[in-house]
Amino acid sequence: MSKMTFKTEGDKHLIVTRRFAAPPEAVYRAHTDPKLIQKWLLGPEGWSMPVCINEARPGGKIRYEWTNGKGGGFHLTGEYLELEPYRRIVHVERMHLPDPTPDNHVDTRFDPDGKGTLITMRMTLPNAQTRAAMLATGMEHGMEASYVRLEGMI
Amino acid sequence: MNDLDAAFSALADSTRRAILARLAKGEATVNELAKPFEMTQPAISQHLKVLEDAGLIVRRIEGTKRPRRLANSGIEAMDQWLAMLRNALEKNYDRLDGVLAGIEKQK
Repeated sequence: MSKMTFKTEGDKHLIVTRRFAAPPEAVYRAHTDPKLIQKWLLGPEGWSMPVCINEARPGGKIRYEWTNGKGGGFHLTGEYLELEPYRRIVHVERMHLPDPTPDNHVDTRFDPDGKGTLITMRMTLPNAQTRAAMLATGMEHGMEASYVRLEGMI
Repeated sequence: MNDLDAAFSALADSTRRAILARLAKGEATVNELAKPFEMTQPAISQHLKVLEDAGLIVRRIEGTKRPRRLANSGIEAMDQWLAMLRNALEKNYDRLDGVLAGIEKQK
């Protein structure tokens, strides 16, 4: 059973949820500490993230570069808008394929759930067309980080 | 049998996946496809050729028009593409479970 859920909301939103066994402090750290991010945000076997810039402060930059070690690669850039430590992260991001995709505004909440954490990612796309394009490209099955990795993989 | 590598290469382009998504709703001509994507006809035709060569779409002749529709193998390839995306994301989160377990242990 997948622990992940996905739903659309209105014309422009996508909501992804996932439960984790660790408390919000740890899950939040795993989303903001480059050394931790590089351990999990990788997608299929064989991919790595040699460049992980994550300035976890308002206005801070995000840059993830992935490679398959065989010449394939691509990257994602973004900026932080708001951070409430261990509770909430608001940022914008875009993929470079190599042309940048429209900005995806992502509001991630880390809510205590028993001894664990419930993550809720609320993504807002510029318009219904952009969301439809993302849905068409597999967004309903997850966040675009994985999607980007696959883009570069094949 | 359609070559899966060719199909996945064809699917690696977001415009081509969007074209497939459009064709999933029904047949369309080059003109009808060019409009929503704000692309020129030659650009669309180039994408259609890649999709056709990969066996994902087929064309029909109707007077001077050549409407395209999704081939059965196109639908299967899209399903497999989505399954791959889901697997990749779940792998990420499974890995994160492991990372979090490591953090807890250090306490």
